[in-house]
Amino acid sequence: MKKKILWRLILIGVTLILAVVFFLPNTPLFPYMPEWWKKNMPDKGIVLGLDLQGGLHLVFEVEGNKAVEITTERIASRLRELFAKKNLTAEVIANGLTITISPSSPDIRKAVEENYPILLPVETGTSLVCKISDKEAQRIKDTTADQALETIRNRIDQFGVAEPTIHRQGENEIVIQLPGVKDPKRAIDLIGKTAQLEFKLVNDDTNVAAELPQSIAPGEEEELLKQFAGRIPEDTEILFEKRVNKETGAVRKIPLLLKKQAALTGDLLSDAKVNIDSRFSEPYVSLSFNAAGAKLFEEVTGANVKKRLAISLDNTIYSAPVIQEKIAGGNAQITGSFSMEEAKDLSIVLRAGALPAPMKMLQNVTVGPSLGRDSIEAGKIAGIIGTIAVVIFMIFYYRFSGLIADFALLFNIVLLLGAMASLNSTLTLPGIAGIILAIGMAVDSNVLMFERMRDELRAGKTPRAAVDSGYDKAFWTIFDSHVTTLITAAVLFQFGTGPIKGFAVTLSLGVMINLFTALIGTKSIFDIINSRRELKKLSI
Amino acid sequence: MIELIRNPNINFLGKRNIAFLVSGIFAIIGIIAIVRIATGHANLGIDFAGGTAIQLKFEKSIALHDVRLALESGGLKDFDLQELTTENKILIRVKKTEQELGLVSENITNSISQKIPNNPYVVDSTTVVGPKVGGRLRADAAKAVAMAIIGILIYVAFRFQFKFGVGATIATFHDVLAVLGIFYLMGKEINLILITALLTIAGYSLTDTVVVFDRIRENLKLKQKDSVESVMNTSINEVLSRTIITSTTVLLTSIALFFFGGEVLHDFSLAMIMGVIIGTYSSIFVASPVVLLWGGKRLFAKK
Repeated sequence: MKKKILWRLILIGVTLILAVVFFLPNTPLFPYMPEWWKKNMPDKGIVLGLDLQGGLHLVFEVEGNKAVEITTERIASRLRELFAKKNLTAEVIANGLTITISPSSPDIRKAVEENYPILLPVETGTSLVCKISDKEAQRIKDTTADQALETIRNRIDQFGVAEPTIHRQGENEIVIQLPGVKDPKRAIDLIGKTAQLEFKLVNDDTNVAAELPQSIAPGEEEELLKQFAGRIPEDTEILFEKRVNKETGAVRKIPLLLKKQAALTGDLLSDAKVNIDSRFSEPYVSLSFNAAGAKLFEEVTGANVKKRLAISLDNTIYSAPVIQEKIAGGNAQITGSFSMEEAKDLSIVLRAGALPAPMKMLQNVTVGPSLGRDSIEAGKIAGIIGTIAVVIFMIFYYRFSGLIADFALLFNIVLLLGAMASLNSTLTLPGIAGIILAIGMAVDSNVLMFERMRDELRAGKTPRAAVDSGYDKAFWTIFDSHVTTLITAAVLFQFGTGPIKGFAVTLSLGVMINLFTALIGTKSIFDIINSRRELKKLSI
Repeated sequence: MIELIRNPNINFLGKRNIAFLVSGIFAIIGIIAIVRIATGHANLGIDFAGGTAIQLKFEKSIALHDVRLALESGGLKDFDLQELTTENKILIRVKKTEQELGLVSENITNSISQKIPNNPYVVDSTTVVGPKVGGRLRADAAKAVAMAIIGILIYVAFRFQFKFGVGATIATFHDVLAVLGIFYLMGKEINLILITALLTIAGYSLTDTVVVFDRIRENLKLKQKDSVESVMNTSINEVLSRTIITSTTVLLTSIALFFFGGEVLHDFSLAMIMGVIIGTYSSIFVASPVVLLWGGKRLFAKK
């Protein structure tokens, strides 16, 4: 009998020490620990969730269909070249996900089939309509999502966030978690920007271009586009440059007629840096092209001297300077009324490259650091008050036995925190609620046993016999009731998002530890008391 | 020894008709709530309905009216304003809009900065949920509740008899319906955190029911001569003080959470408080009568 108690006491002691060791990093004591301790002992502890430490949780959807459209368009323009080479006359029109070739002839069908086996005919008649096969489209979407993930990772790395989590979810979603970000709007802009950099020649010579108004107010863009729809040459488009009056802050939009086909694109860049203009002390972004880009830039500028070249990012023009002379060396710059931060972010997205397709924001949960701090404080206070209330109630109702249950409760709380720390699990706000609820539920096992013991005492058994049979009889009830709570906790873990997963973790850990403290902890204390001398009366 | 009631001998099952009536009303309200939620007529949270929620913490006290004017001047329609229990905090919720996601929150902060320049604020939290995510979260929540109930049914049927499984499941489902129904009637927001509370309540209420069933099972073996109804009554009376003591301790912590746990957990703890009370009631008045009604006298037949 005595040996059994000893073993149980050792077990309790060891778990208690382990719990304290694991939880230490979460206490203010950790920084005072000796160096060898910090090096060799657990140093991570419980991790705070985004809702407690503040930060961003973003879900983006990569518009894979856009990537398929872009590929479709590219194939269409290659088909045009192919037909021209083969002296076939046919009009090729890319329309979203389909390509229409008219008129259709056996030669044309054969040429398409041979050169582009990924194209499937949808309709064959006077004209041939085809689209990219489903399997190929799926592959494009998949690579697009992977590339987007890689690009975002690059951007965030350069932006500098400690411990970001970035991963794909499902077919085309990307989940990004950025703890402790101070300027969420800036981070979202940086991540969500497609950053498609294009150099397009301005078409100033046509009559339509002369008809365009000098500038319009923001919001009138649609109307203007409608007004000019159908009147501008087919290979041109209207984009807008945003200008801000530095003194008044008024915003005007300047419409420009541009060649649709970009002369150069951002994928030919080798670097992008922020520089400061020495005259106006304004930041600008200087670009360096790679070898191919430099050569192309030289050709384009050489062939279009005195014309304007617009620099557009995601279809917004930053500037449209006049080409003064042929530019060799492969350097260019983007000016505009940037703030230092804007220029820095622009250089980051240009360096990291464009997203292969636009992204749509599906979800954004941003928590400021002050709310998290308030929540932790509130949780601590609620936890302490709740614990004190339960402790007092148990002593009031069960007297000395209640005190024993209270010890088990405190043991329970320490073990729970230690277990969470040992798993480096994430504590969320619902998780705090889980801990506090677990405190209320933890005494249940003891209540079940105490009530059984009282029954046995009423039946006239001695205290020692009452303790033993009370425990035995309550065991399966305690077991069953704990398993049922675990079932719901498991379901919550399975379906829950971050914060709710945290709740499920604390609740289920709380339940399991409770089984341990009730069956090992409380029983041992009773046994120790009983082993010294046979109690005449049990305070219960 | 402090005892709540010395040797209680209350005829709980005799009051089953009243209990069925009361619980029937609860269940009907709950079912109505579910139908209203499914058809989108309830006060769904941003996480389920999609939309934008922003919580602002102002430096000085602020009138809701001023915020409303500021937002209206920014062209926002269809928004909810709510003052939080904590001082100078305001929650702004905008459900479905035509504006692109993300622009709404910018619009809100811009309008307020412009119109209320002399009362600086910090953005405590921003939640933007697109309709796609909202729909998925709704489906997940429904799936979770269904899975939990099936899990409960299987476990209790495995550990006891199938009849007990049905009784426990009905009692548990009844509690979930009742709390959901009350929240719906109070016009409270139906959101993910409430679903979490409902599942926790389900787990808790089931624990209560299992304790009662456990005693019934034990007594069925010991008291073969008594009627099932009287065995059930005796068993409920025997575990009555345990049921009340445990409910009290869980209530104590839930109340502590309600008053001190901060605004985010306010509704969660309110649901827990209701759930504990209703769960205790159902484990006494609903679970066993259902088993009696279903199983009748054949309960003695098996172990």
